[in-house]
Amino acid sequence: MTFFIEVVLSGLMAGIMYSLVALGFVLIFKASGIFNFAQGVMALFAALTLVGFMEKFGMPVWLAIIGTILVMIALAWVIERLMLRHLVNQEPIILFMATIGLAYVLEGLGDILWGSDVKLLDIGIPQGASDWMLDSFDIYVEKLEVFAAVTAAIMVTILAVFFQKTRVGRALRAVADDHQAALSVGISLHTIWVVVWSVSGIVALVAGIMWGSKSGVQFSLSLIALKALPVLILGGFTSVPGAIIGGMIIGVGEKVAEVYLGPFVGGAIENWFAYMLALGFLLFRPQGLFGEKIIERV
Amino acid sequence: MTIDDLSTEVLLKVEDVSLAFGGVKALDGVSFDIRRGEIRAIIGPNGAGKSSMLNVINGFYHPQQGTITYKGQTRKQMRPYEAASQGIARTFQNIALFKGMSTLDNIMTGRNLKMKTNLFWQALHIGPARREELENREAVERIIDFLDIQAIRKKPVGKLPYGLQKRVELGRALAAEPELLLLDEPMAGMNSEEKEDMSRFIIDVNMEFGTTIALIEHDMSVVMDLSDRVVVLDYGCQLADGLPHEIRANKEVIEAYLGVSHD
Amino acid sequence: MIYRETGQFKDNYSDDQALFPIAQDRYVIYAVLLVTFAVVPFVLNQYWLNAVMLPFLIYALAALGLNILTGYCGQVSLGTGGFMAVGAFSVYKLMVAVPELGFVPLVILSGLITAAVGTLFGLPSLRIKGFYLAVATLAAQFFLIWMFNKVGWFFNYNATGMITSPPMTMFGVIITGPEGTPAAKYLLVASFVAVFALVAKNLARGRIGRNWMAIRDMDIAAELIGVRPLIAKLSAFAVSSFYIGMAGALYFAVWLGSAEPTEAFDINQSFLVLFMIIIGGLGSVLGSILGAAFMVLMPILLKNVLVNGFGTNSALAAHIEIMTVGALIIIFLIAEPHGLARLWRIAKEKLRLWPFPY
Repeated sequence: MTFFIEVVLSGLMAGIMYSLVALGFVLIFKASGIFNFAQGVMALFAALTLVGFMEKFGMPVWLAIIGTILVMIALAWVIERLMLRHLVNQEPIILFMATIGLAYVLEGLGDILWGSDVKLLDIGIPQGASDWMLDSFDIYVEKLEVFAAVTAAIMVTILAVFFQKTRVGRALRAVADDHQAALSVGISLHTIWVVVWSVSGIVALVAGIMWGSKSGVQFSLSLIALKALPVLILGGFTSVPGAIIGGMIIGVGEKVAEVYLGPFVGGAIENWFAYMLALGFLLFRPQGLFGEKIIERV
Repeated sequence: MTIDDLSTEVLLKVEDVSLAFGGVKALDGVSFDIRRGEIRAIIGPNGAGKSSMLNVINGFYHPQQGTITYKGQTRKQMRPYEAASQGIARTFQNIALFKGMSTLDNIMTGRNLKMKTNLFWQALHIGPARREELENREAVERIIDFLDIQAIRKKPVGKLPYGLQKRVELGRALAAEPELLLLDEPMAGMNSEEKEDMSRFIIDVNMEFGTTIALIEHDMSVVMDLSDRVVVLDYGCQLADGLPHEIRANKEVIEAYLGVSHD
Repeated sequence: MIYRETGQFKDNYSDDQALFPIAQDRYVIYAVLLVTFAVVPFVLNQYWLNAVMLPFLIYALAALGLNILTGYCGQVSLGTGGFMAVGAFSVYKLMVAVPELGFVPLVILSGLITAAVGTLFGLPSLRIKGFYLAVATLAAQFFLIWMFNKVGWFFNYNATGMITSPPMTMFGVIITGPEGTPAAKYLLVASFVAVFALVAKNLARGRIGRNWMAIRDMDIAAELIGVRPLIAKLSAFAVSSFYIGMAGALYFAVWLGSAEPTEAFDINQSFLVLFMIIIGGLGSVLGSILGAAFMVLMPILLKNVLVNGFGTNSALAAHIEIMTVGALIIIFLIAEPHGLARLWRIAKEKLRLWPFPY
């Protein structure tokens, strides 16, 4: 029984990690209707920059983090200026393809600037198993993952408040609905987009830190983005809580399937299980658990 | 024209049709019929449920209550494919043309159900597929001549002005050689010259091809001139049903459109 | 002035509907075909044939397939790699089991098998659209690759999981595997592309093509001209997968010689072919071919310029290449979302007036 609980907990934690990446997606999608395929690479890039600042420039952790945040904001500004501005009101598929292009650009850039070898990321997050859990319940839980879960919870709360209560948040939602209509009521599309992509970049940094601390900063980090897709489908593309819950469901589902079903079919089910789960969801509830229903009118 | 002049065969009858979206009732117990060969106008203030009624006849919306009888067959709801294959065609308020295709191709799509050759022949484009394509091209060119749109036949419809787009949409509907043609605000957004043209087309279609027409329209003079009978909807309910001059004099209709003055 | 159509009147619909109604276009096509079949195989050396023309033509076939699904019918698919794998593994099993049928029929058979698989994975398209469909096709992509990796039957229980193409001959010349003659391979693949490009054009200008485009442009309205979305979408998946399956079979048997599923048919392939049709032009046969040429030639050109020209080391060159591909995608999407095919059409328009400015 404890083994099952461990599997579930491990799945929940992995799920939270997915959610962190998915959160970045949701932000950008909510505010600009763009599905940012480059989100995973942004997380990688942020982590690379952080490590780079710490190692190559010898900055202390807190300075490096601030530096990276500034870099991500600058990146958002550049993306808006060079790419988004010119793609206003294009079809979603074109925007999506552009972000794939962006992913390639960032990947190459990251490799050139900071090198493509695996790097260790240690910013002082507690590592190792939680002794308390081990002693009290005989269950193995990583302290890092608990830390990630708490961070995610804090971020979600901040973001939820931001979107619902602030003027900027409202403007963001308007922009997501209709670029041109938002422009016509005087919302500055460009500022909004820089804001959103910056916030998303910071979220990517957090995700990058968590993943990087866990398994080192390496290229495979960008592939996590692909895993975020099923998370979004489950949770709904426009829902912040959906990203979290979707992430947890995917995380648990994957782990449980791998452990209990995997042995029967040769293992490595994790590669596609999340997608099949998402596919199932799409067939019965296309807008996900919390997304907005799409209504078509003639 | 008096009521006796019209043929008495009922082509379409809707009985007690009710349609609701969530809490909003779009149609509430509407019943009327359309006789073969007539031009039937459906009028009413905005939001009265006129387009919803057409969508029900077409099969896009499925009413919660009521029946639709078409060509003698009664059913609870229509399906779009069924409607199309049984000879119902329509145009839309907001123009539902295929923006990526040319005028010619759009109208050719209207011939879809008349074309039967399979994938293999089409891939080779010889023999039966080619003959069929050329035959249907001829039929479509006749429609293009009728609507006087020869000059724009190769243009992508997305680039055409609104009035011409409406004409192309009519062409696509006509290409299917329908028995019942549903027109949703065909004159919307047109100037008086364009309206005259469109009216002429509608009358020609009705008289030359014998097509039965159901017409949603806001312009009262058009309604009075073109239609044989009129049904009036308001807030999803049926207000009146009869000949144009009767409707024009009907007190409730006038109130619904113009509002009641309170002393 | 060169490209004028004055004096070229058509007096029947048949001529008007011809593939290349304008005479100048016809001459260009004849010239291209002549060069392709009669000149190139004798002029180009082995490296060019093997490393450039073969992949270009094979990807052109795949791009044609994907364009049918995504460009004409509007169904986004990220499963191209997986379907190419289906084609490759099908032809492998067939070559081992029934080599006497001859290579070309086996390729066509693998195309048909892939069409069946593609139709199956296309079923979700009835309920799901746009992005969501793209994600559903990712499920197909990951699942198929996993399956070809794990299930021993597909690679005949070979220890490495790789499949290798047995040599097969046509008219006495070896055309598959590493021993194949480059010129022969080239002619074989070029013939495939020529034939199936023509088929694609025919389908596009007929009833099925129009129905696909109707679904793409406004699927709700398509229903009321009697298009059954089910049939239209599944037929698009089927035909598209047929093309992509054949491309996969040729990719493995004629070009690579041997393949391992996770490397040869992974998600990057899916992206690559998608880039080809976006850059080349959605909904265009010419676009598919131009896009394939661009995406195959460009990295080679780049590497040559960087490594041989500037002396950059190859690791750095690889990174720059990735960045350039990404940047080019973005630039194309901003400048000409309708791709190279549209640029070609614009060029022709300009040629009508040249040398006059207006």
